[in-house]
Amino acid sequence: MAKKIGIEVSLAVSEAVRAADVDLIAAYPITPQTHIVEHLSELVADGKLDAEFVPVESEHTAMSLCIGSSAAGARTYTATSSQGLALMHEILYIAPALRMPIVMTLANRSLSGPISIWNDHSDVMTERDSCWIQTFAENGQEAFDLTLHAFKVAEHPDVLLPVMVNLDGFTLSHVVEPIEMMTQAEAKKYLKPYKPKLTLDTKHPITMGGVGLPAVYTEAKKQYETAITASKKVIIDEWKEFGKLYGRHYKPIETYKTKGAEIVLMTMGSISETAMTAVDGMRDKGISVGLMRFRLWRPFPLQEFQRAVKGIKTLAVVDRAISYGSQGGPVYMEVKSALYNQKERPQIFGFVAGLGGRDVTTDTFEEIVTKATRYAKKGKGPVYEMIGVREK
Amino acid sequence: MAKKKIDAIIAWQDLELGMAMTEPGSSAKLKTGDWRSQHPVVDQDKCIKCGLCWIYCPDMSYSPGKDGFYKWNANYCKGCGICALECPKGAITMVMEEE
Repeated sequence: MAKKIGIEVSLAVSEAVRAADVDLIAAYPITPQTHIVEHLSELVADGKLDAEFVPVESEHTAMSLCIGSSAAGARTYTATSSQGLALMHEILYIAPALRMPIVMTLANRSLSGPISIWNDHSDVMTERDSCWIQTFAENGQEAFDLTLHAFKVAEHPDVLLPVMVNLDGFTLSHVVEPIEMMTQAEAKKYLKPYKPKLTLDTKHPITMGGVGLPAVYTEAKKQYETAITASKKVIIDEWKEFGKLYGRHYKPIETYKTKGAEIVLMTMGSISETAMTAVDGMRDKGISVGLMRFRLWRPFPLQEFQRAVKGIKTLAVVDRAISYGSQGGPVYMEVKSALYNQKERPQIFGFVAGLGGRDVTTDTFEEIVTKATRYAKKGKGPVYEMIGVREK
Repeated sequence: MAKKKIDAIIAWQDLELGMAMTEPGSSAKLKTGDWRSQHPVVDQDKCIKCGLCWIYCPDMSYSPGKDGFYKWNANYCKGCGICALECPKGAITMVMEEE
């Protein structure tokens, strides 16, 4: 077992990409993702990683180049944040449509405007329908492990879809944590060489990215939708395989003290660690509270979620993004939708917190639990609620 | 695009991975002339066999024949009328497609 070392999480992600022995990295620097690609460029320049590093002129080009590279059969990586992801948007949907197993780290940052470099989930939530597999890291070790897992899943012959690994900008990307690293040799026990099904090859010419006339567009969409839905099995199997090899176990839905809990908080990403501390504190005060979080966001782990929720009376969903003019945060709406047809379902209340880098503390979670408990007793709450807004 | 016939209506399961087209030159099998509302008619008495229709056609719907005239191919012609516009002798007339 490798030794744990103290390292900035961004650099640990770069080291995971190095352990994955990628062939090509195309990226453009953007806060708070920059340290990841900066370190990768150093690794390539110093001869520690045998890969092409292409410093492209925009994220639109980064994703275009990644698709070309992946189409040629190369293991391909990029990373971005916020506006960078938004600039990629046009090309983003093409990667899964061409079945390109690209891996991207998204250091989550709020979208403008107002201009903000700080953390929330508004960037990824705008791309949740893009057919990218999306996982969320809670801490540095998870960021490292999920990166390796991402390559394994993406390149699996039954999947062949791109994977986006989300980690919170600054609050996770820029902190130093003790992380167990892996060398390329150690990672190779898990991650086998990429064998593409179809590649661009002048000896066997094929066309990728042809026009989908009305007679075939729907069928193409059906293929992508079927592929991402079916990828859940591989995602779970590969987490099991990872656990067997390295002793760290991951699941689509992670739970903490939910057994017999009257009220359960739902989170994603690094605020989940704060939420655990908050749960411990509230438990000490005699409040029956637990925590549930999505590690896997796309494909949405519907059955796993429905099973995990059984017996829970109240859910308080904490979103880090707003879907303007709808019913609050996207996670909240999807959670409600996932349970609507269930015979027994909890009362669900939605809260939006931690926008644009606003701190989410244990007090925030206590406030949310207090409010959700009150609404549950009344049997009614607001459509959703923004936490911590200063009012006149 | 398809593993089977290119112009057939196929099931999604028969689509190649990522809708790739694994057969080179298959676009010739995709007949794209069916949305045309007009088609060119060549008056061979006026035609001087200069080949400008063949050169200007954006869909390669003319090809040189053995007799020196240029043959029109209905499968790919969209009825744009460029040939009629460019013909120096006014030998090409665009006529409406019949119902």
